[in-house]
Amino acid sequence: MKRYLAMTTALMLAASSLLGAAPSFAQSKGEIVIGLQCDRTGATQIVGTVLCPGFHDYVALVNSKGGVEGRMLKVLEIDHEYKVPPGVEAYERHKKDGAVSMAIYGTPHIYALAAKLTEDRIPGTSPGFGSAAAADGQRYPYIFPIAATYWSQGAAAVEFVKKQLGGSLRGKKIAYIFYDNPAGREPIEVIEDLAEREGFQLKTFAVPPPGVEMGAQVLDIAQRFRADFVIAHLFGGAPSVSIKEFKRVGYPLRKVVSFVWGAAEANIDGAGGFGVAEGYYAMQFAGVGKDYPVLNEIREMYKKQGKPAPKEMDSTVFYNRGVLIGALHVEAIRNALKAKPDGKITGEDVKKGFEKINNFTLGGLVPPLKVTSTDHEGGGLVQIWQVKDGKFVKVTDWFAAYQGVVAKHIKEAGKK
Amino acid sequence: MIHRECGVLKTTYEADMAFYPLPIARWTVAALGVVFFVVIPFTLHEYFLSVANLVWIAVIGALGLNILVGYTGQVSIGHGAFMSVGAYTAANLANRLDSPWPLNLLAGGLMAALIGAVVGIPSLRIKGLYLAIATLAGQLIIEWTINHVTFISGGVQASIEVARPRLGPLVLSSQRDMYYFLLFFVVLAIVGTMNLMRTRVGRAFIAIRDQDIAAEIIGINIFRYKLLAFAISSFYAGVTGVLYTYFLGIANYEQFQIGVSIDYLAMIIIGGLGSVLGSIFGAAFVTLLPIVIRYAMEAFGGVFLEQQTVLNLIPNLRLMMFGALIIFFLIVEPEGLNRLWRNIRSYFRVWPFAY
Repeated sequence: MKRYLAMTTALMLAASSLLGAAPSFAQSKGEIVIGLQCDRTGATQIVGTVLCPGFHDYVALVNSKGGVEGRMLKVLEIDHEYKVPPGVEAYERHKKDGAVSMAIYGTPHIYALAAKLTEDRIPGTSPGFGSAAAADGQRYPYIFPIAATYWSQGAAAVEFVKKQLGGSLRGKKIAYIFYDNPAGREPIEVIEDLAEREGFQLKTFAVPPPGVEMGAQVLDIAQRFRADFVIAHLFGGAPSVSIKEFKRVGYPLRKVVSFVWGAAEANIDGAGGFGVAEGYYAMQFAGVGKDYPVLNEIREMYKKQGKPAPKEMDSTVFYNRGVLIGALHVEAIRNALKAKPDGKITGEDVKKGFEKINNFTLGGLVPPLKVTSTDHEGGGLVQIWQVKDGKFVKVTDWFAAYQGVVAKHIKEAGKK
Repeated sequence: MIHRECGVLKTTYEADMAFYPLPIARWTVAALGVVFFVVIPFTLHEYFLSVANLVWIAVIGALGLNILVGYTGQVSIGHGAFMSVGAYTAANLANRLDSPWPLNLLAGGLMAALIGAVVGIPSLRIKGLYLAIATLAGQLIIEWTINHVTFISGGVQASIEVARPRLGPLVLSSQRDMYYFLLFFVVLAIVGTMNLMRTRVGRAFIAIRDQDIAAEIIGINIFRYKLLAFAISSFYAGVTGVLYTYFLGIANYEQFQIGVSIDYLAMIIIGGLGSVLGSIFGAAFVTLLPIVIRYAMEAFGGVFLEQQTVLNLIPNLRLMMFGALIIFFLIVEPEGLNRLWRNIRSYFRVWPFAY
């Protein structure tokens, strides 16, 4: 007993001294700090384990070329397991370490931090998730979706389906299968609006969390409702399950288009590989594949250091998204530094920097966004890619659809 | 040791019923009060205060759950849902009626107490694991309801923004303001729980925990006290939810999902069932340990490995260490950190002698 006591006392003392003595990652003068929240463990780790290295690699590339306007960048990453309290803690830690912009990850997290970001005047990004209403830069001045929100994705999906079905949706039947949480339900109002406008019949099918059981819904879509096209909005492991189920009931995958979180190599692999998913359409907010100049530069950078390119680069969808997010943060900081020659930039300057991003495409990996002080989404541009012959093939170029309808919903949300 | 426990004579009933009969205990509490109310908020960086705030929120929630699980012996996996009831009640009141925060806090607590008592009804017929499953059902039903009824959730996003709490002309928004705001309620919750357990109600709870048939035979109304335990525990949970909502500025249902209920159960089991101090230890342990581990890994990880590998390793290793440490502490002392602390204390009480 006595030994145990001595041991635990020692342990506790060690722990407390550690907490006191831990270095606060003192930043050397001149470094600009970006806070990056990650989810390498937890519910959506298939995203985080690939996306975050992409972010780091892009910033490393910028630093290897002399930084931004002569200043080095530093990315501080904290993993929050997709839980909210660690996300709040991560935010405060980043703030303490002087971050001038924050890459938030997770819908509940951007909600939880919305008030803080605004009070502290630090811009935070929520690419491809979070509240669609946050595209309104007047109402949420410090939140930047910077990629197509779920409303824009819904509108784009309907537009794509319209083209696939011969230019008219009148009398057609479209099924919307979604993960039953706020993020999954968010696009419904826009799609319902479009159903009325375009005259198609819409039926929604909810998949309850954790989204591994959807046999009944898929069977209903394929054999009772007999949908002409399916729009899928699922997360985590659910997209893989949906592909398998559609395959099982014999519904053609070339009549399925998925939102951005069911669109990666990992989702296809989880369903049994590209052979199984042949024909599946996937929506993207960043370019897919390895043929972009910036990715070549990153490979070059690794080569110079005598290292092989990281294996995460093979999972191009999430990796490229990480590069996109990193690149937009760097651009915002670049704009901020240009506006302030003395180099003393704050979150407020970086916010203005984000609002100056215009037609920055990084060789096609990033859509030609135009972020303004009123539109923090930057246009809501997406591409559709299809699974064909063992890889993703581009089907459409960057496009946004029904922007008037989406704008109307953003305006209505702003009135609440 | 420097203090003497003998010679403390009690001559009045008040002295006998005091919280801390020993002078040293009173000094310690006073010193802790000074540390937490004066030293910490004025010396530490806002970041550490934000961590403290997360601990305070967890402390209130853990105290509430301990009343139910630790003192009354009724297992509940619905604590997170009761928090969401409080959070959404307050958020709706704040937004629809523009009512002040003290009222919302009370209303949130009372609404959670009501729902908690309803969910607690099965406890009259079932015990142990069976009750756990019944409360789990409560958790899922409440989650589903908030998620789908837009009248409660305020729209498909299921999140309602609330304004920062005001204290007269003061708007409480910084972490330091929040620190005092939350600490006030923590003190209230601690004193409330300690007092509750010394009353007739508290003794009835303990009697029910130890042997409910015997308790019924000696005249304790099981029906009333079991539901009361659920109601009080849920009241604490509701208040936690409201405080969390004001802390973040938003009520969002994804902050109160089933994982949260499990986390709170973990806190009180690690801290020690049926003790106030245990709830505090447990809440602090579960909230702080991941942070401490991360600091340690950041400090030493880079020595052995490349930065990129460390980044990938930290979160995973942290989860493993977190689990391992919980197992370690529970093996060392199955009755939780509170018991461990008492062992250490009694060891030093007679030090340098063995007994």
